[in-house]
Amino acid sequence: MNKRCDVSIRGAEIAYGTIKILEKFDLEVAQSEFIVLLGPSGCGKSTLLNAIAGLVDLRDGQIWIGGNNVTWEEPKDRGIAMVFQSYALYPRMTVRGNMSFGLKVAGMPPAEIAKRVDNAAAMLKITELLERRPAELSGGQRQRVAIGRALVRDAGVYLFDEPLSNLDAQLRAELRVEIKRLHQRLAATMIYVTHDQIEALTLADRIAVMKDRVIQQLGTPSDIYRRPANRFVASFVGSPAMNFLPGMFAVQDGEPCFAAAGISIPLDGYAFDARPQQGAAIELGIRPEHVEAGGDLPAAVEMVEPMGSDQLAWLRLGSQPLSMRLPADTPIASGQSLQLRLPADKLNLFDAASGRRL
Amino acid sequence: MIASPALQPNGTPPSRMTPGRIGIYAFLVVTALFFLTPLYVMIVTSLKTMGEIRLGAILALPRAPTFEPWIVAWSSACTGLRCNGISVGFLNSVKILVPSVVVSIAVGALTGYALSFWKVRGAGLLFGTLMVVAFVPYQIFIYPLVRVLAFIGLNNSIPGIVMIHTIFGLPTMTLLFRNYFAALPPELFKAARVDGAGFFRIFWSVMLPMATPMLVVAVILQVTGIWNDFILGLVFAGRDNLPMTVQLNNIVNSTQGERAYNVDMAATILTALVPLVVYFASGRWFVRGIAAGAVKG
Repeated sequence: MNKRCDVSIRGAEIAYGTIKILEKFDLEVAQSEFIVLLGPSGCGKSTLLNAIAGLVDLRDGQIWIGGNNVTWEEPKDRGIAMVFQSYALYPRMTVRGNMSFGLKVAGMPPAEIAKRVDNAAAMLKITELLERRPAELSGGQRQRVAIGRALVRDAGVYLFDEPLSNLDAQLRAELRVEIKRLHQRLAATMIYVTHDQIEALTLADRIAVMKDRVIQQLGTPSDIYRRPANRFVASFVGSPAMNFLPGMFAVQDGEPCFAAAGISIPLDGYAFDARPQQGAAIELGIRPEHVEAGGDLPAAVEMVEPMGSDQLAWLRLGSQPLSMRLPADTPIASGQSLQLRLPADKLNLFDAASGRRL
Repeated sequence: MIASPALQPNGTPPSRMTPGRIGIYAFLVVTALFFLTPLYVMIVTSLKTMGEIRLGAILALPRAPTFEPWIVAWSSACTGLRCNGISVGFLNSVKILVPSVVVSIAVGALTGYALSFWKVRGAGLLFGTLMVVAFVPYQIFIYPLVRVLAFIGLNNSIPGIVMIHTIFGLPTMTLLFRNYFAALPPELFKAARVDGAGFFRIFWSVMLPMATPMLVVAVILQVTGIWNDFILGLVFAGRDNLPMTVQLNNIVNSTQGERAYNVDMAATILTALVPLVVYFASGRWFVRGIAAGAVKG
């Protein structure tokens, strides 16, 4: 693909009446990049996507696609294609009709339309469904058709608005792989909105974690997962969720450590972004898979959740609950006692008041 | 019968005929008779000769059934000075009905579509006004509208009465279609916009095909409403285009000599035939449309 199709959102402000959805919002998406907007519902991510598509007007700011200012352009003139959560297939048209509608409107010759539809259908393995109506398709097939309808437009930028949220877990995993494969094959720019952190981690080149209309962190999936910028990102990304222990920062014998009721965890080896004051209230975060056995922290097993490939033990460390991921074959039962170690280089420390990473 | 253990509940519960249920059925039968008797009397009377009618047994079946009154009613009964029967009115009604139904539904559907999908400035106010005006009695508009139509030269003409029916049908039709379109997922509209379709293309290719049930309901409402109209036809259609209802009135109320009850009955049934056929052919759709309008309004 030699079309330029980077996307740039500059100082965007979107409001319905007096309610501001987005304010002074900036985002740069590079050519062929797969960017995921991740956040809980109501964080403004879908509105942003609609604004990029041209379905919602900006009150202020600009949107640039492929080096053109498209802020005032109609959706069809922006070189985009979009896939919706509810599929939004035209119910009274066949699958072929659905996929060719946009091209027909654009006045493309029928032979070219047929060629493109057949290509896209083959790519998505829906060729045998072409003469059916949407009502005769399953959820997964419908979403394939919806992706196909976007595909035939041969756009430079693809927008996905929670495309997998209406599907069951198995189909979701299947189509996730399909979308990733499409991205590799088309090398198009893709902007993908979801509240599912697994989708975000698996698909994205970069993730923008959003909350309350603001990007909390923009980074690669591994950045987001390993070095969350604040407590919200840390708690939103990762399943099972990160453990948080409230406590305070202390310096004992010249060594930094985390101190909570009866526990002291050495922080030697932790890469501080900003070293807190002695006695500052902080929160320690650790992912369940980073909790190790064989240290000096006594814990009791309260419950075990077998998950097939591994198991999750719910422990009590002092008075704090803590989860720990263990290989499936580790013998462990509730009531058992354990000695734990929380390795400093795997920890995340947050300021208790601001939630910012330390 | 073999002595069996106590009957265990299993499968479909047995249906029971309770006294309450018998009461309901009895009520329904009586109600049906109450409404069907006039129709029966009309049909029977229209098939009798005047001699037989004079005997006064209105519930009796005709002794020598005759279609003469029907033929007279259709082609030679007198409406005022002319004696061409009610067929003239039938043709006039059809000439008024067909364009009125088509135009009023087209305008209503388009308005409803515009109000539900496009951010028209003042859309809420416009819709509210339409709804309020729908409850203002016709009579208030009649004189001003006569003056307006006279001014633009459409008074006493088919286009004039078509326009009047379109205007008076607009609130109902708009409400019907707006509510239907408002219940559709907004993504459908967004998808069509991304596909590059404009205002009319989305309406014609995406929305209207989905609104088939509402179209059927709208046709039923408008056909029966416009066919049964009396006052608007009388005032706006002009003497040459008087609809069937007005002509029926003229036949029944013309008072020369003896009142021909059998002809009156036949003419009345002929006039009622179109709505009757529509109701019978589309009862299910009709109920569905009324329910949709009521629940989603």
